[in-house]
Amino acid sequence: MTRSMICIGCPMGCELTVEVEGSRAVSVTGNTCGIGKKYAETEVSAPTRMVTTTVLSDGGVPVPVKTKTAVPKDRVFDVVRAVKARRVALPVGMGDVVLDDAAATGVPVIATMAVTG
Amino acid sequence: MRYDVIIIGAGVTGCAVARALSRYDVSALVVDRESDVCEGTSKANSAIIHAGFDALPGTLKAKLNVRGSAMMDELARDLDIPFRRNGAMVVCWRADDLPKLQALYDRGVANGVQSLRLLNGDEARALEPALRDEVCGALYAPTSGIVCPFELTLALAENALENGVRFSLSTGVTGIVQDEAGFAVTTTRGVFHAKCVVNCAGVYADKIHDMVCEPSFNITARRGEYMLLDKTAGGTVSRTIFQLPTEMGKGVLVSPTIHGNLIVGPTALDIDDRDDTATTREGLNEVRRASALGVKDIPYNRVITSFSGLRATGSTGDFIIREDEKVKGFVDAAGIESPGLSSAPAIGEDVLEIIRGILPLREKESYIPTRRGIPKLAGMDFEARQRLIAARPEYGQIVCRCEQISEGEILDAIRRPLGAKTLDGVKRRVRAGMGRCQSGFCSPRVTELLAREQGIAFEDVVKNG
Amino acid sequence: MDERVSLAIIGGGPAGLAAAAAARERGVEDIVVFERDTRLGGILNQCIHNGFGLHTFKEELTGPEYAGRYIEKVRQLGICCETGSMALSISPDREITVVSREKGLRVVRADAIVLAMGCRERPRGALNIPGTRPQGIYTAGTAQKLVNCMGIIPGREVVILGSGDIGLIMARRMTLEGAHVQVVAELMPYSGGLKRNIVQCLDDFGIPLKLSHTVVDIRGRRRLEGVTIAQVDRTGAPIPGTGIDYPCDTLLLSCGLIPENELSLTAGVALNGATNGPLVDDRLQTSVPGIFACGNALHVHDLVDFVSEEAGRAGTHAAEYILNGGHGAGPCVRVMPGEGIRYTVPTTVHLGDGDDQVRLRFRVRDVYKGRAIRVTSGGEAVLLKKRRIMVPSEMEDVAIDRRRIVDGDLRVEIVEVEP
Repeated sequence: MTRSMICIGCPMGCELTVEVEGSRAVSVTGNTCGIGKKYAETEVSAPTRMVTTTVLSDGGVPVPVKTKTAVPKDRVFDVVRAVKARRVALPVGMGDVVLDDAAATGVPVIATMAVTG
Repeated sequence: MRYDVIIIGAGVTGCAVARALSRYDVSALVVDRESDVCEGTSKANSAIIHAGFDALPGTLKAKLNVRGSAMMDELARDLDIPFRRNGAMVVCWRADDLPKLQALYDRGVANGVQSLRLLNGDEARALEPALRDEVCGALYAPTSGIVCPFELTLALAENALENGVRFSLSTGVTGIVQDEAGFAVTTTRGVFHAKCVVNCAGVYADKIHDMVCEPSFNITARRGEYMLLDKTAGGTVSRTIFQLPTEMGKGVLVSPTIHGNLIVGPTALDIDDRDDTATTREGLNEVRRASALGVKDIPYNRVITSFSGLRATGSTGDFIIREDEKVKGFVDAAGIESPGLSSAPAIGEDVLEIIRGILPLREKESYIPTRRGIPKLAGMDFEARQRLIAARPEYGQIVCRCEQISEGEILDAIRRPLGAKTLDGVKRRVRAGMGRCQSGFCSPRVTELLAREQGIAFEDVVKNG
Repeated sequence: MDERVSLAIIGGGPAGLAAAAAARERGVEDIVVFERDTRLGGILNQCIHNGFGLHTFKEELTGPEYAGRYIEKVRQLGICCETGSMALSISPDREITVVSREKGLRVVRADAIVLAMGCRERPRGALNIPGTRPQGIYTAGTAQKLVNCMGIIPGREVVILGSGDIGLIMARRMTLEGAHVQVVAELMPYSGGLKRNIVQCLDDFGIPLKLSHTVVDIRGRRRLEGVTIAQVDRTGAPIPGTGIDYPCDTLLLSCGLIPENELSLTAGVALNGATNGPLVDDRLQTSVPGIFACGNALHVHDLVDFVSEEAGRAGTHAAEYILNGGHGAGPCVRVMPGEGIRYTVPTTVHLGDGDDQVRLRFRVRDVYKGRAIRVTSGGEAVLLKKRRIMVPSEMEDVAIDRRRIVDGDLRVEIVEVEP
């Protein structure tokens, strides 16, 4: 299978063509440097994303949160759903754990701002 | 409910009639289909109090304009609204057109306009350096003025309300029948009865008229598109600069506004849809093209918004202000296109005289001729502003940064009688959101305040309507 | 009666806080930060996505976390921050009129001032998009505030005009909140945002980006009902017959940011027409002595790390101005934007024999691949830096050894690379 993607390593934005076998990149073309090759390989084998969103507090004020580390890209919406199902009590401190294990990814979700209400 | 008078339409005409009536011991009701006053023609126009040289001598337009303009100084003082006679020029850049300027001068003199002067190009440029070199003559009318049409309409309405006139907004008239006691006016909020009905329904005035009278005039919606520029461009000209008028109107003007912005427009296009206030690419391009003919270096890159308004152009060519010949007690104030804003206080008086022939009018002892507006902190001197904030700390919390409007002023706009219910309602009363960011920064907070004060959800606060 | 401070900083966002911290560390005791919002941190508070701080902290932080670091720093340094306080005007001799709910209206005299008011978004009206004026049209930043700070989702069917970074971020944000983002239209033939935002905010969610397209009509009387998007020619004019209707209830605008300098004008500060920010020298001092500028009020940045660095310099120079009782007028040279350069900050540089580096920041006019930045001083090249790519949406930053700068214009230009 052939996949095309844009490298985000620098503003150049090389348009990469990646030959994929299973979840492995067997060849990368269109890249100008090594960053592009590495980017394509990761994107094909195990793409991950940080998730940032908000969790609602009891008072209705949203509290900004993020996953502590990146989660698999195909689990992003599951993580958001899990966060949206949660309500937190105020006050919340920066770094407070809001979810221990977001959607069974093993990644905790933490508050990124102190919110007192 | 039974009233002596029902006024249909809460624009500047309807509110001027209401205020004129409120001096007398009559029960009056103003109805409007919109949720706020000043939602139609009155809210989107050039905001000029014309000197009165435009209309043909002998017409109602000529008489009422000159009289309305003369009333404006006292009215502005009584109602605590900003008004300034900044003067106007009609400029011409073709020598062939100079006789038309002379004709306009003669017309103005015949209409009783004071202090008119004809200037040559250099004299005109000495007064307004931004006029193009091609300008070869100008008619100068020092009595022309600028006003805020929202504040004028709202102040008339508030003063009428304080003197006992009732308002029923979000009340669309669907039918009128004549009966023994006068009229039964069917609306979206029930039936109201009155001995006398005054039709101030703007672009819908012919429809209202035809509900109970034989058709005698038509109204055409004539759309005009405008651009409003940042206050940093407000000094491009200090007077209102007109071009020679055509059969479609006074043409595209360039003028400072009473609040210090620069307004350019309008175009003039007759349209079928009486609610269509969309702007168009062609229209906005035409505003640019035409405004640049007389004035140079207009900084169009500082446009902060564009809008369009509909003039209620009557088929008779003049204002239609009269009691219907057959349906006694039904009074039209229709075809109120330009100079309708300028004429409004005089129209109120004339309609009052017509009503005097229908109902006995007895002056009230309790009439309050004056009204205080919401304090405008941004324009105050330091000590006065300091005192107000000390008395009410909300006046110290700036919500709209571009226009420097405080939370206290916004709360005033919402809490006053006939208060604002929408974002646009707040904007028109106290200018929060009227500035260069066009409400980007302040609208979340203004929405919160509107929701809290009305006890409704944030999501249920609307921009308009 | 009048209050006096050594240094007043207008704005408690990333620029103001970094300037305040730097000035304190340089020895200024008496500092006050005026912030008009109810909390410090400025626009970062609503930028809940990550990607901030790679340069400054060598880690990826969210906006509130990045702001939090500076808020904590300023707190530890004991700097006085007045939130809910708005500066209304500044006189040329540095009297600031400030208003707040708590302290009312007052005048504060400052020995030096740092302007750090940030920027605002270009609204619909300034874009001259024809059509109706219904509810449902927001600048991307306003929508961001509604969603992230107030928990309000402004609509469900979304079209975005402009590919500025906030617009791209909001495309993802609205999608994660369950809205359907149909398309992002961009007037220019290239994106206005960072490449990684195109990939992670649009491509990840299958949101199409239509370059050389714009909104040509807006429909709906009370509530937005739809927009028409058409292709534009090279001059930016819509091409007849290319319009496509998009039914939608929300239109987000991400069409440029404008430094906020109405306050600067009250002090008589001269502005640069190319940036809409103050003209400054390499000490970030404006045309009015003792008044400095930094951050997005000076020129629009794309990375907050650059803001912090620049603001730190502004704070340091303001501190030196205060501690030395002025800067003294040394000889200066002009910085001229040459071929391919839209503007530079600063626009004048002091001559001197210090061993420090002079930072020049600028934006290019177009997309340039395989070219070089050349800086000449009095005609002699003092810097030549090859760049694989330069784009208008990403600010360039070079440093020049001050001792190499001679009398005569400094010129920055894009040149072909010698084979």
